[in-house]
This record gives sequence, structure tokens and C-alpha cells, in this order.
Amino acid sequence: MAYSDKVLDHYNHPRNIGSLDKEAADVGTGVVGAPECGDVMRLQIKVNDKGVIEDAKFKTFGCGSAIASSSLATEWVKGRTVEQALQIRNVDIVQELALPPVKVHCSVLAEDAIRAALADYQKKQQAHAAEPQKAG
Amino acid sequence: MSKPIYFDYQATTPLDERVLDAMLPYFREKFGNAASRNHEFGWEAEKAVDVARGQIAALIGADGKEIVFTSGATESNNLAIKGVAEMYREKGRHLITAPTEHKAVLDPMKRLEQEGCTVTYLPVDKSGQVSVADVAKALRPDTVLVSLMAANNEIGTLHPIEAIGKLCKERGVLFHTDATQGVGKIPVDVDRMGIDLLSLSGHKIYGPKGIGALYVRRRNPRVRLSPQMDGGGHERGMRSGTLNVPGIVGLGKACELAGAELASESVRLTALRERLWSKLKEGLDEIHLNGHPTERLPGNLNVSFAYVEGEGLMMGIADLAVSSGSACTSASLEPSYVLKAIGVGDDLAHTSIRFGLGRFTTEEQVDYAAQRTIAAVRRLREMSPLYEMAKEGIDLSHVKWSPTAGH
Repeated sequence: MAYSDKVLDHYNHPRNIGSLDKEAADVGTGVVGAPECGDVMRLQIKVNDKGVIEDAKFKTFGCGSAIASSSLATEWVKGRTVEQALQIRNVDIVQELALPPVKVHCSVLAEDAIRAALADYQKKQQAHAAEPQKAG
Repeated sequence: MSKPIYFDYQATTPLDERVLDAMLPYFREKFGNAASRNHEFGWEAEKAVDVARGQIAALIGADGKEIVFTSGATESNNLAIKGVAEMYREKGRHLITAPTEHKAVLDPMKRLEQEGCTVTYLPVDKSGQVSVADVAKALRPDTVLVSLMAANNEIGTLHPIEAIGKLCKERGVLFHTDATQGVGKIPVDVDRMGIDLLSLSGHKIYGPKGIGALYVRRRNPRVRLSPQMDGGGHERGMRSGTLNVPGIVGLGKACELAGAELASESVRLTALRERLWSKLKEGLDEIHLNGHPTERLPGNLNVSFAYVEGEGLMMGIADLAVSSGSACTSASLEPSYVLKAIGVGDDLAHTSIRFGLGRFTTEEQVDYAAQRTIAAVRRLREMSPLYEMAKEGIDLSHVKWSPTAGH
């Protein structure tokens, strides 16, 4: 199977590889997939006080399309608000990377990773907001 | 060193120039039908086919008359298994094989099961070997065939063929071996090893594709087969169809060359394989050899690189033509059933790479492959969340994963 130029570019020059502090209140972490299935993605976002995602990092165990999908996802979430990031759909990733049908699941996984990271961030925010009330 | 470098010799092999030279006249002026008994063109073709029978037989210690030409090992396996099951139906309907066999053995077995036969799948140990004791235990009064491969195509593991053959002889059960990967690479002698039927293929031994053979024992015992292809009664009635004379000449020449070079090649390739394995081990932690450490094909190295997915790795070593047991590279999207059968977990099966070495592999190529692979694995591990978790001391087998997306 031949890879598209964009997949090759992301694979060879992945954007935003790395880790953010998963304990920090302004960081959301999403880990999706399973080693037995051949792909695991971890996507992390850091949200500033204006609700804008100012940084994103990923690490992925998977094929080239999985790596490219998660790399692209980090590029796309950066600079978006949490609500805007929720609008990213796997079909957009499929289109951008020209993924063949057999690789569509990589894009689904990337969408799931974005959602999981956003959900983790929102959960932390709610817990954070609830805390002072409890204390009072 | 030209690139990409071929490291997939268990998938197929390049045609040896000497084989091509032997074949060419039979595409051109020597085009006769070997079954034409009444003119020079036919005699010439028949003579060439007989020479080839002798060359093939010599490589496996058989007689030329015991060679039946087929289109390849898949057909040979089908003919051996279905042909025996049909012919000996009155004697019994039980067959024995192993789960690590090639699909060209497993699928005919499956069909026979659908048709009312019983098949025993022997257990294999973690190197992929069956034990002679387990074969003995599985034999029944109604067993008509034991079919076990000489060498595994994925992990290179060799079965104790000679001991199994002897046992089958003692018990009066026919023994078939799919020796597609073994012939020409390891010594094979049908008499010494008690083999009654043996499948081989041209394109795995630097011969052409589309030609193979089935060895069918003629004495002690005389093996009979129910033909799977009916027609003009070629090949003692066991396989009808006009003989592929150029292919047969090529297969014969390929066998002659393989026999002449077997001893030196197996030493050379074993050394190259060990060189590759030790360089990989020096450069990387957490890599695992799949298959048997010593009882394996000289030119096969199958390695799992933990925390790095196989297809992703292949993309990083794109100038090395290798193959992987990862689901992503298979048509079924399932990881290798062979690795599964020997107890390699799906997680490690996804990280496996098969390096196939052969006649044209050089030390320089092996050193390049090692260096490229080490660099790619290191880079991908830096990108792998699993590697990071493992380094943090997290036991990945205890993590609650959330498989999604089509799995």
C-alpha cells in the first residue's frame, strides 16, 4: 500500500511529540486504543484561561497512518477553543491525509483521543470549580 | 549497495540467472509438448522434463518417477491432503496436523472437516515445535495422514521431521510434509526421514513462480492419490494438464543449484542471521526472538520489537523489504495466527518483523539493515506512549485499555 505524501510528511516529521504534565489542572489527557489492537494514542491538551487550547502533545503506538492522524490532530486543536475542538471529525482527517478505507479507524481513534482529552480537561475543571464550595 | 534491499526470501526469491538461462530455450525453439510422443519436438520436451525430475528427486533422495508436477506448493498440498483423504476414505477419516501450518494445509484440512473428516491439531511449544510424543498420542486406528511442515514460513522453526516420519512408518500411517521452505535450505531425504509425500515450490528456491512438485512415494508403501484435476491422465493420472516445460526445466535447475550450494549456503546464512540478531540485541533492549533459537531455517529471523508497531516500523525502514506479523499488514486485519499459536500475545505480535535472508544477501546489507532498524525503533519508541509507560514502571498488562474504532 502506498502512503499519501501528507501521511509520509507527518510520519517523518511528526508535529508536537511529547508529554504535558497530566496532573496539571489545565491539561487534559486522552489515551485510546489498546496494544492488542495494534494502536494506542495518547493526546494531551493544555488550555489557557481564555478557554483556548494553547498547546497539544501526542505519543502514538501504531502504524504510519495512526501516527499521522494523531500528529494532525494536535496541529488542528492548537489555537481552538474547547468547543471548536469538539467539532473536529474523523472524516476531516481522512480527507486531509487521503487515508484509504482500511485506515479509517486510525482517524476514528484520533477523534476519540481528542474527545477523551477534552473530557478529561472538563472533568478536572468541574472538580476544580466544585472544590472551593465544598471547602466553604 | 542498491536499495531497497530485499529481506523477504520466505515470501519469494529472485530467479537465479543460471535458472533463467536453462529455461529460455524452452520458451523459444524448444516449445514442444512433452506428451507429443511422435515427433522430435515432443521427445525434446519429454527429455528435458525427465532431466528435471532427476534433478528434483536428487535433492530429496527420491526417484524421478516419484515426482508429480503441479502449479506450486499450494496445489501440491491440496493434492496430497485431499487426494489421500479421498483415496483412503475406507481406511479412516482422521488426519493430524498443527495450527502453525501454512493456510495451504489448514484450509484443505478445514474443507475435509466440513466433509466429515476429523482433524487433530497438535499443540506446539513456544518455539513452534510439535513433540513426537504428541504425534504418537494423537494417532488413531483410523488416522490416514499426518501432515507437518519441514520449516515454518513465518518463524522458521523446524519440526523433528525424521522422528515423526519414523513413528508414522512404525504405525503404518502416511506422512506428508510441506517442505516449501525447507527444500534446498536444510537437508531433506525422504527415505531417511520416512516421508511419503512432500510438497515443494520453485519460487522459494530461486526458480520460477507457477511451478511446484509433489513427491509421491512409490515403494514401501506405494502411495495412491485421488486426483484433484481430471483430464488427459498426465503425471501417472495424479495431475492432468499439459506440462509447464520451461517451468519444470527451471525447477530442475533450481534444485540442482540448491543441492550443490546447500552445505555452504546454510553455514553462510546462519552466520549472517546470527550477525543480524546480535547487532539488534546490542543496539536495543526489549526485543524478542520468535521461533526456535537454533532449530530454525538458516535465513529466517523473526523479531518482536516491543512498544513499536510493525507496520509503523516498516514505514521507518522503507528501504528494507521485510514483512510483519502485525494485523495492519495482513488482509484479515488479524495479527499472525502462527505467533498466536506459539503464545506470543497480540501486543507483541503487532510488533514483529520477519527478516528473510537468502542467496544474494551480503554482510554489508545485514549491517545496514541492523543499523537502520535500530535507528527506526529508537525513534518510534520515543514516540510510543507504551514505551514511556513501561519505562515509568507501569505494567501494561494491568492497564485498562479502551479499544475503539473498528476493533
